[in-house]
Amino acid sequence: MAHVLVVTSGKGGVGKTTSTAALGAALARGGERVAVVDFDVGLRNLDLLMGAERRVVYDLIHVVQGTAKLTQALIRDKRIDSLFLLAASQTRDKDSLTEDGVERVIRELRPFFDWVICDSPAGIERGASLAMRYADAAIVVANPEVSSVRDSDRIIGLLDSTTAKARHGEPMDKFLLLTRYDPIRAERGEMLGVEDVLDILCIPLLGIIPESREVLNASNMGTPVTLSNPESAPARAYDDVARRLKGESVPLVVPRDKSGLFNKLFGRRAA
Amino acid sequence: MTTKRTSFKFRGGTFHALVVKPETPIDAWLTDIDKLLARSHGFFTGKSVVIDVSDLPLSKDAFLGLLDELSKRDIRILGVEGADPSCIDGRIPSLTRGKTAEPKQEAAPEIATSAPAPASSFLIDAPVRSGQQIIHPHGDVTVIGSVASGAEIVAAGSVHVYGALRGRVLAGAYGNERARIFCRKLQAELMAIDGHYVMADDIEPHLREACIQAWLAKDGLEITTMD
Repeated sequence: MAHVLVVTSGKGGVGKTTSTAALGAALARGGERVAVVDFDVGLRNLDLLMGAERRVVYDLIHVVQGTAKLTQALIRDKRIDSLFLLAASQTRDKDSLTEDGVERVIRELRPFFDWVICDSPAGIERGASLAMRYADAAIVVANPEVSSVRDSDRIIGLLDSTTAKARHGEPMDKFLLLTRYDPIRAERGEMLGVEDVLDILCIPLLGIIPESREVLNASNMGTPVTLSNPESAPARAYDDVARRLKGESVPLVVPRDKSGLFNKLFGRRAA
Repeated sequence: MTTKRTSFKFRGGTFHALVVKPETPIDAWLTDIDKLLARSHGFFTGKSVVIDVSDLPLSKDAFLGLLDELSKRDIRILGVEGADPSCIDGRIPSLTRGKTAEPKQEAAPEIATSAPAPASSFLIDAPVRSGQQIIHPHGDVTVIGSVASGAEIVAAGSVHVYGALRGRVLAGAYGNERARIFCRKLQAELMAIDGHYVMADDIEPHLREACIQAWLAKDGLEITTMD
């Protein structure tokens, strides 16, 4: 049965979709069966980042409303056999998502995959709320700046109160993924430090993804960064995160100046 | 030590009002009221009157008719208790009966501040996240963890934060000038006690990030370190 993860943040533009694609590809490349699901109905992006935008016939809304079967809507990745995409609809809006429909889709996905990764839309409204509703754990994506961190804090509050797990009184696992971390600006004190963010959010750190041109290049190519340039700093950071998700113990390092040398061992253990 | 800017004061309060309970049949009851007024013209003059219709099965028209009859007799209605929501047309506020015990505590100086029953304090064993609001109208609030920027705690009594206070705290919010605020690390956006507030910019630099307590002095909120 799959682990269902939601990648969420509150704030837009922090790297949810990039992280969903990169982690989905990293896990699948390691042999796991992975479905990435785009919940950003009306503003879909995950298909572009996965390079599958021309292959979308049926989408999440069709499956939610019962007009298509899950097997018809899942798009198999051309590079990795065990990686699938369930795209969002671009012509509908988030009101088309129903609670029952989302629950049924997640339930139907579980037996076929090891990981189901739900890419949440920004905001705290219906789309974001339904993306997290039936997840087992959450990856909270934040940039090291105050507005992003405060929005993430808000999302953590919602994860603890509105998800199905929370309503059953079970604890919801939440992990922090710090993205667009710029070592040069961090050392100049122009961004929040890793410790500052952890001090505010109080959830385990899953990984730190350095700011990099590679991420933009990968997006433009329609390839997850973990596939487009596996040796790049962000790709290696995402690979580490994928291994930590699988339960491996991988030391966590804070990216340093000098083009992303991973040379400073960070004292904090990964989640 | 602190600036004392109190341009507005908002607070809850408990007041006495004359509660009038009409009885059916309404016509007969109004006749009785007329008799009462005949004996004593100024019986309702200057009084705050609340009508209690909780036991009366009144239609909206009958209810509004009753209000008209009362206003004809110069009885000024402050609010209505127990009315069916469909009867309320915005003319008159609907009241819910509050507890009258709360403000009495202030009037009993021999009781130590620690005396309020432990059952009335509220413990939160987790960080209070941005956007969350904790409202506790019956006593103290204790947070084991931080209160995030954008979170708010409203308590009748004191507020204790065993972590960083980055959000807003309103202690003694229902009228209690003896309430205090304690926190391990002061980074608050706003702190208020009994309606007297300070904003982040009003807090002196040497108090920021410090372990502090705040209480209400004669001329406003006073903050001191506890290290």
